[in-house]
Amino acid sequence: MNKNLKEQVLRSSGVNVLKCMRCGKCSGTCPSYDEMEYHPHQFVYMVERGDIETLMNSKSIYKCLTCFACVDRCPRNVEPAKVVEAVRLAAVRQQGNNHMNPNQIPEMLDDDLPQQAIVTAFRKYIK
Amino acid sequence: METFTYYPGCTLRTKAKDLDTYARSSAEALGISLEEPADWQCCGGAYTTAKDEIATKLSAVRTLNSAKTSNRPLITVCSACHNVIKQTNYDILHDEEMASKINNYLQLDEPYNGETTVYHYLEMLRDVVGFDNLAQKVVNSFKGKKIAAYYGCLLLRPSKALAMDDPENPTIMEDFIKAIGGTPVIYAQRNECCGGYITLEDKDQAAKRSSAVMRSAADQGADMIITACPLCLYNLKKNSGSELPVYYFTELLAEALGVKEESNE
Ligand code: SF4
Ligand code: SF4
Repeated sequence: MNKNLKEQVLRSSGVNVLKCMRCGKCSGTCPSYDEMEYHPHQFVYMVERGDIETLMNSKSIYKCLTCFACVDRCPRNVEPAKVVEAVRLAAVRQQGNNHMNPNQIPEMLDDDLPQQAIVTAFRKYIK
Repeated sequence: METFTYYPGCTLRTKAKDLDTYARSSAEALGISLEEPADWQCCGGAYTTAKDEIATKLSAVRTLNSAKTSNRPLITVCSACHNVIKQTNYDILHDEEMASKINNYLQLDEPYNGETTVYHYLEMLRDVVGFDNLAQKVVNSFKGKKIAAYYGCLLLRPSKALAMDDPENPTIMEDFIKAIGGTPVIYAQRNECCGGYITLEDKDQAAKRSSAVMRSAADQGADMIITACPLCLYNLKKNSGSELPVYYFTELLAEALGVKEESNE
């Protein structure tokens, strides 16, 4: 376990993972549940255990839609999406670890795709 | 005539011109003047909840501060801009450390500490114009039309910061629909995600989410869906495989107020 990484994620997210009572409601409501290898409640307890690198290396960090459903529906106000965000940032902030290359954008465009989708992806995938 | 600072955002200048032009012409018809700040920047599309992210929050702060210096409330219309700006304002009000880092960087004439009131256009209709007053100005009623309001995620959540409506049982869009004469359709997926930006790298996931929303509305007998978000409109139209028409709520508003034709001149 990498203690510094755990502390960084806790600080960056501002989440108190110890508040989680493992009810699974966050994962039950998550629209990306099927696409995720690790689910929102697992992010919370894996961060508690300090198992951050496993999460950083999982595609799950790019599957969160930032819908804030888990934030609003958690009965303990843990705000799991903030943990997902902090882990994802820890990953894309590593040198050479951007999840998207701007050169890929032109081939993703179609006539109707709103700019909003691209700027959001930049915020989520690139540092 | 009441004047507000109006933030269109990048997409309303490009792929979502309809959302913008109908918002402007309708405001005028309602006696509201919308003034766009000269130097606004894109909000970034998504709010970064991380406490150690400062640079990504600055453009929203600049917009908030520009409304503050003109001493007016700020009106947004795109759900994503609204979400980013509202969450930024909330965190500046509640996280001193973040506020001080932001102000230390910006060096504004006077520090920005969350003074601006932010209204989504729908909140302006509800809280400033009033839905009863709006109803009296309707010349083309949507009587007989079953209209499904699609909130998605960004208008309602996180509800602590957005504070627009009850996040699980919202009524603001349904009240808008009633004001323009239509019949609101309530359906299970109205506040669930359309897939958002995942459409860029996982079309299947976007299709799964957006088709679930469309199916849910169609099952309840909707004739059409309305939204305030360009990315929701895109996903529901392009990724869902459904033929159910999707419109910006401002288009229906302009039509109801009889200003739809002139909006496009
Ligand atoms: S909903 Fe909240 S308390 Fe329940 S498992 Fe998720 S984070 Fe923990
Ligand atoms: S914010 Fe992310 S993790 Fe939370 S419910 Fe939405 S998609 Fe799932």
